[in-house]
Amino acid sequence: MRYPSRSRLSTHDPNLKENMSEKNDTESKDIQWPLWEVFTQPRDGKPHEHAGSLHAPDAEMALENARDVYARRKEAVNIWVVPSDQIVASKGEDAGPFFDPADDKPYRHPQFYSVPRASKRRS
Amino acid sequence: MDEESKKEKFQERIDNGETIEPKDWMPERYRKQLIRMMSQHAHSEVVGMLPEGNWITRAPSLRRKMILLSKVQDEAGHGLYLYSATETLGASRQEVIDQLLEGKAKYSSIFNYPTLSWADVAVIGWLVDGAAIINQTMLARSSYGPYSRAMVRICKEESFHKKQGYEMVATMADGTPEQQEMIQDAVDRWWWPTLMMFGPHDDDSPNSAELIKWGVKSKTNDELRQSFVDRHVSEAHEVGLEIPDEDLEYNEETGHWEFGEIDWDEFWNVVKGNGPMNKERMKSRREAHENGKWVREAAEEYARKKRLAKEKAS
Amino acid sequence: MSTETTTLTKQDALFEYLVRLADDRLILGHRLSEWCGHGPILEEDIALANISLDYIGHAASLYEYAVEVEDKGRHRDNLVYFRNDVEYKNLKITELPKGDFGFTIARQFLFAGFSYFLYKQLSDVEDEQFAGMAQKHLKEVKYHLRHSREWVLRLGDGTDESHERIQNSFNDIWTYVGELFHQDEIEELLQGEKLAADSENFKSDWKELVVDTLEEATLEVPDFDQFMVEGSRDGLHTEHLGHLLAEMQHLRRSYPDADWE
Repeated sequence: MRYPSRSRLSTHDPNLKENMSEKNDTESKDIQWPLWEVFTQPRDGKPHEHAGSLHAPDAEMALENARDVYARRKEAVNIWVVPSDQIVASKGEDAGPFFDPADDKPYRHPQFYSVPRASKRRS
Repeated sequence: MDEESKKEKFQERIDNGETIEPKDWMPERYRKQLIRMMSQHAHSEVVGMLPEGNWITRAPSLRRKMILLSKVQDEAGHGLYLYSATETLGASRQEVIDQLLEGKAKYSSIFNYPTLSWADVAVIGWLVDGAAIINQTMLARSSYGPYSRAMVRICKEESFHKKQGYEMVATMADGTPEQQEMIQDAVDRWWWPTLMMFGPHDDDSPNSAELIKWGVKSKTNDELRQSFVDRHVSEAHEVGLEIPDEDLEYNEETGHWEFGEIDWDEFWNVVKGNGPMNKERMKSRREAHENGKWVREAAEEYARKKRLAKEKAS
Repeated sequence: MSTETTTLTKQDALFEYLVRLADDRLILGHRLSEWCGHGPILEEDIALANISLDYIGHAASLYEYAVEVEDKGRHRDNLVYFRNDVEYKNLKITELPKGDFGFTIARQFLFAGFSYFLYKQLSDVEDEQFAGMAQKHLKEVKYHLRHSREWVLRLGDGTDESHERIQNSFNDIWTYVGELFHQDEIEELLQGEKLAADSENFKSDWKELVVDTLEEATLEVPDFDQFMVEGSRDGLHTEHLGHLLAEMQHLRRSYPDADWE
């Protein structure tokens, strides 16, 4: 097998290490195509949203499969596919420290400012 | 933080209605139970393609053929969403499929019953998908984010599955005497196995309490089964079909339909692999997997060659 | 039954032409639908079902228009379920059993490539409804071509086993490709009215597509001048069609008075 059978997305988790070593005795007998994360843009002008993942041997096939799997009801006008192991994410437990700084920077939010009524309406 | 306080904090998050995401800390058993439950669910979607797929080439009208094909295709998609969600817990698709093909993993027993007539396709849509929706609507609120999101997507797509089934049931129940006979026969064969889909009684369901505590499920097997019966008995009567249960009786006080006892011997027998179609279903899945091996290898080898060529060029 | 003495009207020809196109797509869609639940990987199961649905959908709209042109008040399903094999006019290439994934892909590629050029021409016929249909189908056919072409490359230039398998599939199917370009008095009459494609005009484009793709896939291109079977448009089929129709039609024919919609 040439590809890691798990996405790097979840292997960061220390819990998983035990899980993996436990399963090492059941060697996989088959190849598995790499995992890709799929992002779909629902409408023109909207941002891409994570739709799910799929397996594909390469980018072209990932794109084709994504169309069939995540846009068969015309849910997307554009699709991104990204190898799952290329995604770097913040950890859930970091939620506090990682995002808290925003709390003491109220000036980043529009509510921080008071402006005359007329110009408010325009913005 | 030690294990115990982590567990307490985890339970607090569940009780507050928070969603658990893949990289959050979770008790090992929560992870294992979810992998078991989600992969079984995924297998059920994929094995579930077979009984209905059996009728695609024989559908009696072009409209029905297209509806059935797109429904079975949806099931492949749903299996895929669920395998994807399971992978976020560190169980690769390959690994859980191997477990299925080696006979180590379970899937919904309902798919071990044969589809003997076209009416079975109608009744599967109406009853089996009707039961699935009740279960899935609950799971769409599950505490594990990827599972719940996959379920939301599935519920959205599945709403047409039951509707097309019930429409066909109504058409046949209102059709020629042969069609009426065919559809009643299908209801007679599928009613009880569908009730079994909700699993053993609450007293015999060791996992239930734990799954409810963790917010994976929010209703017990018996509660879900009751809401299925209430809904479908009236739908059956609406189109003049009989439910094959002599004990079926409406309780004015509770507002529920009371029904007879499930044949639990049959239930456990099918779970253990002695259902009418267990062996065929597994044989089909194994053949598809084995016949596809050279295709998967070819695509992988092609990708490898292209990568090498690209590396050489740069 | 003989229509030899009657002259062919534009209406007859258009009806026949639409039915031919529809038959090709229905039978090919049927073969593809046999993959549902049995594909090499879940993603591909979904892709094949999608393409099958497209073909059956194209057939449905072509039959729908055919019965409208015919104007005898019959339902499109009547054409599907109550014609015998000699009345079916699909090309033999579409009715061959699905074979392995390589055979399916080889056939899809050859047929989708042909359909692509065909629909490009049909998009400009002087019949608004027909042209509109062709434009809509063309969008989907472009995807069918892309899907099958990508797979020809992967199987051809993949492993030794896949190379050998798909090469054999192309060799086996080759005798059936000549018929793709068969044209007779039906096409001739309609071409005069700007109601049909002229496959002579895109034969070389199609060959170029096939040669380029097979060469890129490191495959040998079989001889275009080899013996080619014919007769499909006259209802001469392989032994396979009878079995396919028996399966497809038996339920509907067993209860001819029943309504299944």
